[in-house]
Amino acid sequence: MLKAALCGNPNCGKTTLYNRLTGQRQAVGNWAGVTVQGVYGELRIKNERCILIDLPGIYSLSAFSLEEKAAWQALIKEEPDLILSIVDATNLERSLYLSLQLLTLGRPVLIAVNMLDALRSQGGWLDCAALEDALGVPVLPICARSGEGVARLCEAALQQARAGKTPPALSYSQKAGQALNQIERMIAVACQARRLPAAFYAARLLAGDSSAAQELGLSENVLRQIDGIASAYAAPCGGDRAAMLAGERYRLIARMAAQALHPGGRERERTERIDSLLLHRLLALPIFFLMLLAVFSVTFGPAGRMLKGMLEGLNGQLGMAAERLLLACGAPEWTRSLLCDAVIGGVGGVLSFLPQMALLFLSLALLEDSGYMARAAFLMDRPLRALGLGGKSFIPMLMGFGCTTPAVMAARAMGSERERRMTVLLVPFMSCGARLPIYALFSSTFFPGKEGRVVFFLYLTGIAVALLCGIFLKNSSFAGKPSPFILELPSYRMPRLADTLRHTGERCKGFLYKAGTVIFAMNIVCWLLQHLTPGMLWTGDAQGSIFAYLGRVIAPVFTPLGFGGWQEAVALLGGLIAKESVVSTLGILYGAGSPAALSAAIRTRFTPLSALSFMVFCLLYMPCLSAFATICRELHSLRQGLAAAVLQTAIAYLAAFLVYSFGLYSPLNG
Amino acid sequence: MARRYLLGGLRPGQSAVIRSVKGEAAFCLRLAEMGLTPGARVLLCRRAPLGDPIELIVRGYALALRGEDANRIEVEKVRPQRRTKGGY
Repeated sequence: MLKAALCGNPNCGKTTLYNRLTGQRQAVGNWAGVTVQGVYGELRIKNERCILIDLPGIYSLSAFSLEEKAAWQALIKEEPDLILSIVDATNLERSLYLSLQLLTLGRPVLIAVNMLDALRSQGGWLDCAALEDALGVPVLPICARSGEGVARLCEAALQQARAGKTPPALSYSQKAGQALNQIERMIAVACQARRLPAAFYAARLLAGDSSAAQELGLSENVLRQIDGIASAYAAPCGGDRAAMLAGERYRLIARMAAQALHPGGRERERTERIDSLLLHRLLALPIFFLMLLAVFSVTFGPAGRMLKGMLEGLNGQLGMAAERLLLACGAPEWTRSLLCDAVIGGVGGVLSFLPQMALLFLSLALLEDSGYMARAAFLMDRPLRALGLGGKSFIPMLMGFGCTTPAVMAARAMGSERERRMTVLLVPFMSCGARLPIYALFSSTFFPGKEGRVVFFLYLTGIAVALLCGIFLKNSSFAGKPSPFILELPSYRMPRLADTLRHTGERCKGFLYKAGTVIFAMNIVCWLLQHLTPGMLWTGDAQGSIFAYLGRVIAPVFTPLGFGGWQEAVALLGGLIAKESVVSTLGILYGAGSPAALSAAIRTRFTPLSALSFMVFCLLYMPCLSAFATICRELHSLRQGLAAAVLQTAIAYLAAFLVYSFGLYSPLNG
Repeated sequence: MARRYLLGGLRPGQSAVIRSVKGEAAFCLRLAEMGLTPGARVLLCRRAPLGDPIELIVRGYALALRGEDANRIEVEKVRPQRRTKGGY
């Protein structure tokens, strides 16, 4: 079985190619860091089974961020039979920098030039044959989006992997070549013993990478000799070994590009024209906030409400029809209750929020696919520095409005460990899409006509709390300077409708899957706990159920927040499994089979003020278990994850308490 | 020798050639790997609305950097290349 690794710059179409080859559906986006973990897939080429590894996009093989380190470690440890280096034709020089490094790994390499269509449409061309001559490995044109050239690429990959021919050495300047050769000879034994590529390590040592020496376990003596060679080599460049070698590589690339490439440049101009508006000195920030506002008005405005109303109506009719049918069949009361309340009422109630979530996901997908995300990071860098974070933290935070779990993982693209951990801690305060059903239910019941504003206020509250926490963290355990902000601003791409819809569809599918599994199971369990007494006997009266006993124990804790009933306490517990189930659990516990009935029920249980307090608590308290597990994993510590969860819940309690206490003196307390 | 400037001190629309990069080794390496090597031509495209970061065009793509980091890069001003082929 053959193993091939896909490697390339962020945003070069790697994941698109991966999806095309394996038929999988990994998310793609137009910004750095969409693939945060290596992903494995299988495909068949001419009846040969192949494993394909999609690595995170990286700019070079030096370990600058966590994902870059992960990528090159995987490249060495997995010992792939072939490295597929994906090169972006519209960004050839920088793409080839990585390819040059890949050529030194001692593995067969095949170079696939992607985005040739974009290059052509901007009036440029690329001579693949000339590039092939210069690099000494096959260079094939592909178009990952349309699939053009992919079949030929597969065949060539198979051939290249079977032949197992390692690429020829690169022709650097005489000085660099000599220095590299000398070092390579000195470390040859150490590399062979550890099965590591000598040429790659020689380059790292020449560039002054201290971890390379550690990995090889070089002696002081050898290290001193290498330092001698390197300083003699770098003397003309003021002793900067790293810059000298990088410059050497770029000179080599420039020579190749001069022969093989005509850049065109219309696309750059188009991007420039768009940016002259979207990044305009005065207009950029207003446009940015208008865009965010637009996202929320689309989601919570008339369009979202109408779609939701339609689904609710459908669900209500289904419930009534089922009830009539079951009555006609003479089904026992518990069957009717289980099916109508728990299944149709509970799961269906959550499902009716699908349209609004889909709209939110669609908006986020559009921002990601077009290339605006990187601009948002560019605009937000200055403000975020007040928190000791950088603009790159903005992307995970914005993703946090969709779902906390992937957003926390996206923080791996951060430049420093300090910023990464801080981002992981702050992302949960960005209100995730799953909390939306709670806001939608309460705000439409208590603040009809003002839902948009109420929900926007909640999102702002989340952001404000994140700001305060950020400032606190910066001045306590996370003191330090932000790491350098070095971010590529990719050319704008017209999001392809099919890709964006698929992107949205995947996330919606995740939500539907959750509704069908976790929330469904939760509802059955809730329903059981609500209809059984502590003595395991059936009861039609919820007041005597296990839940009621349990809820009454916790409920007093929430009395100062304005919602001291046992039902609410239990619903909040349910929210730990999945936030959407707060709504469905309330539905079951109030015995409300339809959204309208649920709305009526909460009107009797809450005042507008306690509803607001409840929503604020839901906004801020500990994220759901899946997000919690991810946070623990990303912090590499259960203890710290727990501490974060406790802190989040404490903050939620405090905030809800403040809202309720101050609100008692406001007209909301009606 | 032509007069040297700091990259962060250029005005939007000005082009320059990099002469040297100073700072921590990891920082210099990353800049070099992104194409900001001595001899490379850069164009300061614009500043963000709050004055920082800045957007550069280098080796045909757009890169954002903070002003303070850009000020570790010494450059010599050159006249903007004519955009006959649309490139920078």
